[in-house]
Amino acid sequence: MMAFLLRRLGLLIPTFLGVTLIAFALIHLIPGDPIMLMAGERGISAERHAQLLAAYGFDQPLWQQYLVYIGQVLRGNLGTSIISRQPVLHEFLTLFPATIELSLCAMLFAVAIGIPAGILAAVKRSTFFDHAAMGVSLTGYSMPIFWWALLLILLFSVNLGWTPVSGRISVMLWVEPVTGFMLLDTLLAGDSEAFVSALRHLILPAVVLGTIPLAVIARMTRSAMLEVIREDYIRVARAKGLSPLRVIYVHALRNALMPVVTVIGLQVGTLLAGAILTETIFAWPGVGKWLIDSIQRRDYPAVQGGILLVASIVMLVNLMVDVLYGLINPRIRHAH
Amino acid sequence: MVDNSVTPVLTEAPPGPLLEFWRHFSENRGAVLGLFVIICMVVIALGAPWLAPYAPQEQYRDALLVPPAWAEGGSLRFWLGTDDVGRDMLSRLIYGARVSLLVGCIVVTLSLAAGVILGLSAGFFRGLAENLIMRLMDVMLALPSLLLAIAIVAILGPSLSNAMVAIAIVVLPHYVRLTRAAVITERAKDYVIASQVAGAGLLRQMFINVLPNCMAPLIVQATLGFSSAILDAAALGFLGLGAQPPTPEWGTMLADARQFIQRAWWVVTFPGLAILITVLAFNLMGDGLRDALDPKLKR
Repeated sequence: MMAFLLRRLGLLIPTFLGVTLIAFALIHLIPGDPIMLMAGERGISAERHAQLLAAYGFDQPLWQQYLVYIGQVLRGNLGTSIISRQPVLHEFLTLFPATIELSLCAMLFAVAIGIPAGILAAVKRSTFFDHAAMGVSLTGYSMPIFWWALLLILLFSVNLGWTPVSGRISVMLWVEPVTGFMLLDTLLAGDSEAFVSALRHLILPAVVLGTIPLAVIARMTRSAMLEVIREDYIRVARAKGLSPLRVIYVHALRNALMPVVTVIGLQVGTLLAGAILTETIFAWPGVGKWLIDSIQRRDYPAVQGGILLVASIVMLVNLMVDVLYGLINPRIRHAH
Repeated sequence: MVDNSVTPVLTEAPPGPLLEFWRHFSENRGAVLGLFVIICMVVIALGAPWLAPYAPQEQYRDALLVPPAWAEGGSLRFWLGTDDVGRDMLSRLIYGARVSLLVGCIVVTLSLAAGVILGLSAGFFRGLAENLIMRLMDVMLALPSLLLAIAIVAILGPSLSNAMVAIAIVVLPHYVRLTRAAVITERAKDYVIASQVAGAGLLRQMFINVLPNCMAPLIVQATLGFSSAILDAAALGFLGLGAQPPTPEWGTMLADARQFIQRAWWVVTFPGLAILITVLAFNLMGDGLRDALDPKLKR
C-alpha cells in the first residue's frame, strides 16, 4: 500500500509543477507590460513604473522569476490582490467555504437522485421508465447550466416567488460566521428563521450545479448495474431464493458502486467549473464568482492564485479517489 | 477448348462498408433523430440570409421587447418576439446557428489536427517525445476544462476567435490520448511490419497506413467534441469572455437577456433552447456513432 501511495504521489509532483507553470505563464503571456495592465487607464509615471517592475521582480530573467514564484508558492505566498490589497490565499480561504457548501449540497442532490434512478433503470431495463430516465439524463448532460439556472429562476423565483434570486441569506439577517458554512452557522446560532432563509437560498443553485453530475451518475449507475446483474454470482443469489430486493441492494449494488464512486470523485472538477457559472448567476459569494470578478477587474495575481488553488484541489481530490479505490480494490493497488 | 468459365454462385453481395455502417447506425433511433436535427441546423445556418426575416443587427425602435406571436401583445411581424433594442429574436437565433456550428467546426478541426499529429508522434517516436507530450496532457487534464479555457481567454483577451482557440486547446488531451492508444495497438500488427519491410517511409506509415485504422474512436470523439465546443463557447459567451455583442451568439444573447428575466421570458428561453437542442443532437449522434463504429460493441 505504501509503495502504491508513494508512486501515486510521485506522479502528482510533475503535474503540480506543470500547473504552476501554467499559472506563471498566465501573467507573462498577457500581451503588453503587466505593470501597465495593472495600472489600467489611469496611467503611471516612468519612475513608479520602474520601481514597480523591480518590486514585482519583472526585470529579472524568466527562469529566475519562475524559481522565485515556485519558492513563494511552496511557502504559501500566492501574491496580493491588486484590488483589495489582501493576500490571495486569504481571500480564497474566506470564500471557499461558500463554494464547498454549495458543491456538497449539489453532490448530495445528484447522488440522492442519480443512484436510485440508475438502479431502477437497470432493473427495469428497456421499459418506459428506463427510456425516460436515460432520455432525461442525456438532456441533463447536454444542458447549458447557465440557461437551466435562468429557467429555474424564471419559474420558482419570478413566477411562483418560492425562492430568492441571489445571495446566501436574506440581507435582513446576520449570523456570526463560525464555520463559514451558512447552514451550520445558522444552526449553531439556533436561529431557525435564518436557517430556513439560508436553505431557501441554497436550493436552486444546488439543483443547477448538481444537474450534470446527476445525469452522469445516473448513466454510470445504470451501466454498472447492468454489467453486474449478468454475473454468475447474482444468478446464484437468485437461485438460493433470496428476495429480489436483497439481490439488488446487497449483492449487485455493492459491486456496481465501485465505478460509480470513481465517477463521483471525478465530478469534483466538473463541480468546481460549474460553480463558476452557477455562482455568477446566483451572486453566490464563493470562489467561482470571485475568479470571474477578478478576471473582469484584471486582478491578475488573484486569477493566477485562484487557478493554481482550484487546480491543486482538483488534483488532491483525484489523488484521494485513486487512493480510496486502491484501498477498496487490491487489483488496482498491485498493478504496475 | 476447355470451358473454364465458372458458373457464378448466387449469393447476395456483401454490403459495402458504408451500407453496413448505416445499418448499424440506423438501428439507433436517437442517433438518426440527432443526425436529422444536425442536418436541419446546417441547412438553417447555410440559408440564414434567405430564411431569416430580418437582418440580425437590425433594430426596430418601435418594437422593443415585443412578445412572441402567440403570446398576449405579440404580433405576426416578429414570430419569436424582439429583444430589448428591438432586434428580431428569430433572425438572431437563425444567424446564431451559423456562429455555433462555425465554432464547432473550427474547434474540432483545430483540436483534431493538432491532437492527431501529437498523438501520432507520441505513438511512433516513444521515449522522451512521448513522455513530454503525455505529461503535458496530464497537466491539462488536471484542470477543469472551463477553468483552463477561462485562463487562456484571460491571457488572449475576450473574443470569439480567442474563445475558439482556448476551447480547442482544452479538448486537445482527449484526441492525443485516443490517437496514441490506437497507434500503439496498430503498430504491433502484421500489416504495419509488412509495409515497413517493403520500405514504406515514416510519414507514409504514420498517415497512410496507420492513421486510417485509428479513425473510428476519433470520429466518435470529434462528434462529441462538437457538442462540448458549442456548450463551452456559449458558456464563455455568457460570462462575457467569448463572442462580444452584438454578435448573435446564443450564449452572449443569454447574457444580455439576463436583466430582462422579470418581464420578458422569451429573450431568456429561446437562445438556451437552441443551445440545448443542438448539443443534444450531437450527443445523440455521437452515442449512435460509438455503437456503430466500436467493434467491441458491434452485434
